[in-house]
Amino acid sequence: MGTLWFWIVALMLVAYVVLDGFDIGVGIVYLFVARTEDERRQAMSSIGPFWDGNEVWLLAAGGTLFFAFPLLYASAFSGFYLPLMIVLWLLILRGVSIELRSHSGDPLWRTFFDALFAFASILLAIFFGTALANVIRGVPIGPDDYFFLPLWTNWRIGPHPGILDWYTVTGGVLALVALAVHGALYLALKTEGELERRSRAFALKAWPVLLVLTLAGLPLTVLARPHALQNYIDHPISFLVPCALLASLAVVIFATGRHSSQAAFLGSCAYLATMMAGAVIGLFPVLLPTVGTDGRDITIALALAGPHTLRVGLVWWTIGILLAVLYFALIQWLFRGKVSQHADGYGH
Amino acid sequence: MDALSLDRIHFAFTITYHYLFPQLTMGLALLIVVLKSLALKTHDPKYDVAARFWGKLLAVNFLLGVVTGIPMEFQFGTNWSEFSRRTGGVIGMPLAMEGVFSFFLESAFLGLFLFGEKRLSHWAHWASAFLVFAGSWISGFFIIVTDAWMQHPVAYRLLPGGAFEVASFWGLMLNPWAWLQYAHTMCGSVVTASFVMSAVGALYVMQHRDEQYGRTFLKLGVIAGFLACILQIFPTGDLHGKYVARHQPAAMAGMEGLFNSEKGAPIVLMGQPDMAAQKIDNPIAVNDLLSFLVYGTTSAEVQGLNQFPRDQWPSALPLLFYSYHIMAGLGTYFLALMATAAFLLWRGTLFTARWLLWPILLSFPLPYIANTTGWMTAEIGRQPWLVYGLVRTAQGYSTHISAGNSLFTLLGFLGMYAVLSILWILLVYNFIQDGPVAAQSPAAHGGKTA
Ligand code: HDD
Ligand code: HEM
Ligand code: HEM
Repeated sequence: MGTLWFWIVALMLVAYVVLDGFDIGVGIVYLFVARTEDERRQAMSSIGPFWDGNEVWLLAAGGTLFFAFPLLYASAFSGFYLPLMIVLWLLILRGVSIELRSHSGDPLWRTFFDALFAFASILLAIFFGTALANVIRGVPIGPDDYFFLPLWTNWRIGPHPGILDWYTVTGGVLALVALAVHGALYLALKTEGELERRSRAFALKAWPVLLVLTLAGLPLTVLARPHALQNYIDHPISFLVPCALLASLAVVIFATGRHSSQAAFLGSCAYLATMMAGAVIGLFPVLLPTVGTDGRDITIALALAGPHTLRVGLVWWTIGILLAVLYFALIQWLFRGKVSQHADGYGH
Repeated sequence: MDALSLDRIHFAFTITYHYLFPQLTMGLALLIVVLKSLALKTHDPKYDVAARFWGKLLAVNFLLGVVTGIPMEFQFGTNWSEFSRRTGGVIGMPLAMEGVFSFFLESAFLGLFLFGEKRLSHWAHWASAFLVFAGSWISGFFIIVTDAWMQHPVAYRLLPGGAFEVASFWGLMLNPWAWLQYAHTMCGSVVTASFVMSAVGALYVMQHRDEQYGRTFLKLGVIAGFLACILQIFPTGDLHGKYVARHQPAAMAGMEGLFNSEKGAPIVLMGQPDMAAQKIDNPIAVNDLLSFLVYGTTSAEVQGLNQFPRDQWPSALPLLFYSYHIMAGLGTYFLALMATAAFLLWRGTLFTARWLLWPILLSFPLPYIANTTGWMTAEIGRQPWLVYGLVRTAQGYSTHISAGNSLFTLLGFLGMYAVLSILWILLVYNFIQDGPVAAQSPAAHGGKTA
């Protein structure tokens, strides 16, 4: 039961990263690839009907985590207090800027919200990458299963780490580049004209950086957490995941080069999914590893909610997610195709 | 200030602010469905235009509801970690169900409702409006189930280690407190939406602009408002009160300011609780009425605060007393106002009765106050318990988060929400100035896609 819920939560987080990833990615590359008012409107319209639904994956994942692993929710969310609050503020700013920019024709108003949108998206990507890296590196859990991390200490990994150290910041940069590529490929798929061309060019330029960071990620992770590879060594079949990761990176570059936007975007989705899967496999069955000596790892068994709760949960969760996938498919189908260059986006 | 107090203010502030938006959007979603149904039935394009206008207003409020709701979802973990650890196996369930069943529904179909009118048939557009309504009302239901379990815990089992789990799924969903609270809260939401709609209608009618729409808004707002105001008091408010008296007698005594148990207890309409002397100063009271309202007979004894040890009194007693009286007082005023308006509507003289249109216009902020004070009544009345009878508030907060950190983020939210409020006022003012006809043409600002 615990393992099942572990994968359910992981799946929801992957869905969040892949889906909200593309609209955050659009925000990252926004100021670089969308230059004119028309292009910015196109870029915004391409995510307009979707971003809120994408964000719901975060909420649903958070809620499911709360319900299935209350101890993890309590410990991790209070321990990462400050960065989480900053993430919440960034989500507020980003949501507001997406919706409000169109409410006035005034160029100053629009420029302001454009900048805010890009700023919040960039920082969010970095924070999410940093957060994932924190989970991989481990945190100093105390004897009561709680911890509290300051934003930074001495920027080194060790018994008293901060949220930010050289390892987690590298994770943040990796996430920034990965989501930038993801967003650019989404724009290439959904828009036309100059914007499409520039987005594709951006993805091509960023790709080598992504490759280098991805390749560097593995040795750095082993440095940060020496037994990170234990699960892989015990079950060599799981090495297929990193292979799939590299394969999807290859798909991204070849498909982008050949202008087949759909394949390129799917490649990038696969890249993000396998990246997450790789991290999750490394952790299992630990949910949050400890780095000190006075606490214990928070594992599935330790954090799991009561058996009856979980059994009932499986029923409604399955129904609910099937419905959600149905709505999602319906909306994607209704808004299929490109955002037109001249008319007013998808609207009336 | 200590960390516990700060965490309480933190939660109270952010949730109160969040609830300013859903209370409008849930009610408005219902009124929009009515408008779309009228459009289907009469084929009068006026109703489609009206639905589009209110749809845009809904969108802005929805957005603010979303961005202020996301912090709520995470605050249980951040500031109330011990509470989360112990009760997550129960309240995590309705919270997760809210995400899975309603947020996906709402966000998908709101997008469709706003962006998809041209791509959809008339019927399909009606359906998307209906699903937005369904999504927001389901959302309200699950969150009320969460709160109701804290007010009146049922269907739980204690696990070794002090955590709780759900013992019966249906027991949790069918918690009688939840259904009462849901009925009362949803009525409150329709009250807010219909007061806002009537106020905009009154404005247009008095300004002699968009008059055709002004009249439609007034008519729908007054009819819906009148019905909701009745239901708000009777049966939902009345039953809710009886339930509180039965299950949280200390809260009821505090709400009514009843320091000593009494047979034939009076109801105090106005007065100031004097905590030192343990009495109400300057009371304006109606004898026997409280006993009658709670137990159906004028001679029944109502338990006063003296029946309870001091450490089980609601901690902010005067605030509880005022909150409850403000809610109930406003409820009475709302009913009087809407009944008069409905009477004039029936007689056909409402649209020219400026003496009444003015109060209708000016009253739109009051339901926000009534809803907020209603929640304050419920939440302060529950004190000192976080989960009534099971977990004390002082046992629930995150002890390892320093007061300084809570203050830092509280100030952050204060600043952030101050900015949101300014933007909100600007946008809503612009919408109402532009009017329903301008909302038609994408060229005007306010067009989402313009
Ligand atoms: C427009 C809003 C509105 C209005 C006019 C009223 N209420 Fe209310 N009331 C609410 C909005 C509300 C609410 C926001 O929906 C609350 C807060 C929590 C809840 O369950 O509903 C609430 C709670 C609430 C409670 C429960 C307190 C608790 O749980 O401890 C009682 C006993 C009443 N109300 C009774 C009344 C009576 C007798 C009213 C009229 C005379 C009245 N309400 C008008
Ligand atoms: C339905 C969902 C809700 C849940 C689960 C909930 C839960 C909580 C929790 C955990 C606290 C903090 C602990 C405490 O001080 O007791 C609290 C306090 C409070 N909440 Fe709620 N709440 C909900 C809705 C609301 C709404 C909508 C409002 C107001 C509009 C509100 C107003 C307050 C206030 C004023 C307090 C502070 C009470 C005090 O500390 O004395 N609540 N609630
Ligand atoms: C502690 C309690 C609460 C939490 C954790 C919470 C959480 C949230 C979240 C995460 C959202 C955004 C959903 C999205 O992205 O679509 C939201 C919006 C919403 N919330 Fe809350 N909420 C709380 C209290 C309430 C209460 C008391 C009500 C009503 C009775 C309510 C009704 C709604 C509705 C209808 C929405 C949809 C957005 C809107 O219509 O404005 N919430 N809430």
